[in-house]
Amino acid sequence: MTALLSVQSVSKRFRGLVAIDGVSFEVPDGAMFAVIGPNGAGKTTLFNLIAGAMAPSSGAITFADGRIDGMTADAVCRRGLARTFQLVRPFPGLSVEDNVIVGALRHARDVASAREHALTLLRRLDLFDKRHQLAATLTLPDRKRLEVARALATKPRLLLLDEVMAALRPTETDRMVATLRALNREDGLTILLIEHVMRAVMALASHVLVLDHGTAIAEGTPEQVVHDPAVVQSYLGQSDREVGAV
Amino acid sequence: MIMARVIARLSGNLSAPTLFLLAALGLALLTAPFFANDYLLTVLILILYFAYAGQAWNIMMGFAGQLSLGHAIYVGLGAYVAALLFTRYGIAPWLGLLAAIPVATACGAIIGFLAFRFGVAGVYFAILTIAFAEFARIGFDHLDIVNASAGLFLPVAQYAHNDLWRLRGSPTMFYYVILAATALAFVLSRALLQSRIGYFWRAIREDEIAARAAGIDTFRYKMYAVMISAAVTAFAGVFYAFFYNNLFPEQVFNISRSIEIILGPVIGGVGTLFGPILGAFILTGLAETLNAVMLHFGLDLPGAKQVFYGICLLIVVLALPNGVWPWLKRRLGLAEELQ
Repeated sequence: MTALLSVQSVSKRFRGLVAIDGVSFEVPDGAMFAVIGPNGAGKTTLFNLIAGAMAPSSGAITFADGRIDGMTADAVCRRGLARTFQLVRPFPGLSVEDNVIVGALRHARDVASAREHALTLLRRLDLFDKRHQLAATLTLPDRKRLEVARALATKPRLLLLDEVMAALRPTETDRMVATLRALNREDGLTILLIEHVMRAVMALASHVLVLDHGTAIAEGTPEQVVHDPAVVQSYLGQSDREVGAV
Repeated sequence: MIMARVIARLSGNLSAPTLFLLAALGLALLTAPFFANDYLLTVLILILYFAYAGQAWNIMMGFAGQLSLGHAIYVGLGAYVAALLFTRYGIAPWLGLLAAIPVATACGAIIGFLAFRFGVAGVYFAILTIAFAEFARIGFDHLDIVNASAGLFLPVAQYAHNDLWRLRGSPTMFYYVILAATALAFVLSRALLQSRIGYFWRAIREDEIAARAAGIDTFRYKMYAVMISAAVTAFAGVFYAFFYNNLFPEQVFNISRSIEIILGPVIGGVGTLFGPILGAFILTGLAETLNAVMLHFGLDLPGAKQVFYGICLLIVVLALPNGVWPWLKRRLGLAEELQ
């Protein structure tokens, strides 16, 4: 498999603070790639660098054979790389359906075909019955699903999910896991997820990268990573509760 | 045949009571000059003028979420360009409009570019729009080509017949002109709102960062909003110039003109299609009624209208923060699609 996304010795400095320090990894086409790490490890910063929310201080990010580092967020999305936000940001005053139509209009000929595409996605994410509700009235799990639907509507090749499982109950997590797995297997969508919920990571990811203090301390299959002494010491060891939740 | 298709497209999925209400409203407005005296007709012209300008402002703020508190600048530019071309070169206002629109649009583009390129947003953007309107007011006050603060006057004569091409004639003619313009602005607003650009505008209004993450070039679409709004507003200026026949920078570009434009949509419902029209009827209609009543009792209280505007605004902000239209629509059980 060739790399769809390639991150090469990327660093991000905020004044004196080095948030990301020379991180490199490759996400193969069709993979389910997870980035894990303790709070403050720089996961979301890494994510923001890839999604174009900010530019890296040094290093290169290549997506589908083109450099994307330093591009604006909308340009990155048009390249085929869609994201969700850790703190969900649906368009609150728009209906659920209209939220997804906005994403679908990226490539649709007209509003009617965008609506058609949006409705297909809403069925897939179990939001069809709520399509006329304002997004602001949805529960948090529904809002997270809506974000995924809106991101998918842009027809991405790579989906970036920022803690999409956080604050979900275990049954809801399983539902989301099933949806994402179907997207990966049936539609060949490549997924890069930042996740705290080890239950989801173990169930989903084919490959895991562990960040700590802005550097990559381990990389491999989920089984390899959870038995890596450095990972156990810096991350898993101190968060028994989350491992216990598996 | 084509007409039927156009009507079907415009009325698309509206319920029967809604269509009936629209038809009744249309009929009442179309036949008004046959019943109304000159005074009432002038009030109706004023209402429709604010309905038109309010809709133009609503495109920018209601749809795209960009607050302009200086829309008088586009009115003023439209008015001065058309009036100058008419008085100096005898160019008819409809041709003058072809010059007024690009001038106002260019002005909107400059303000938009400066703001959006350098990340001026929210209240700071609103302040920038005020600043530009004030520049224009002071600038035109010293611009000799438009007679500076002495004012620009259009020749007024008793016209035997209505000259629609040169916009000289009776209030009835002006009434139908502004009625047609208001209807056109409504159709344009609805078309914009339901098309790609309308979806992108609303996304930007709701959450600009999320809009960018959905692939929307927010700079470009905000520029479109300002430029289209400015272009539509320019006609309000042309109408103003030819209806009132005099232009003073101190009046035309005054910040209170900008505020008057936005009161209608705020009271009727920002971001809705009927809000600006309904708001203009409520506000101007009631204010003129108040005027007439006070006149009847021989009262002369300068500033009473402004106080009245303030009270109306207060009531709406407290009781119906989304405006009167969304509330009325629910009460009348009208189609949800009727925005």
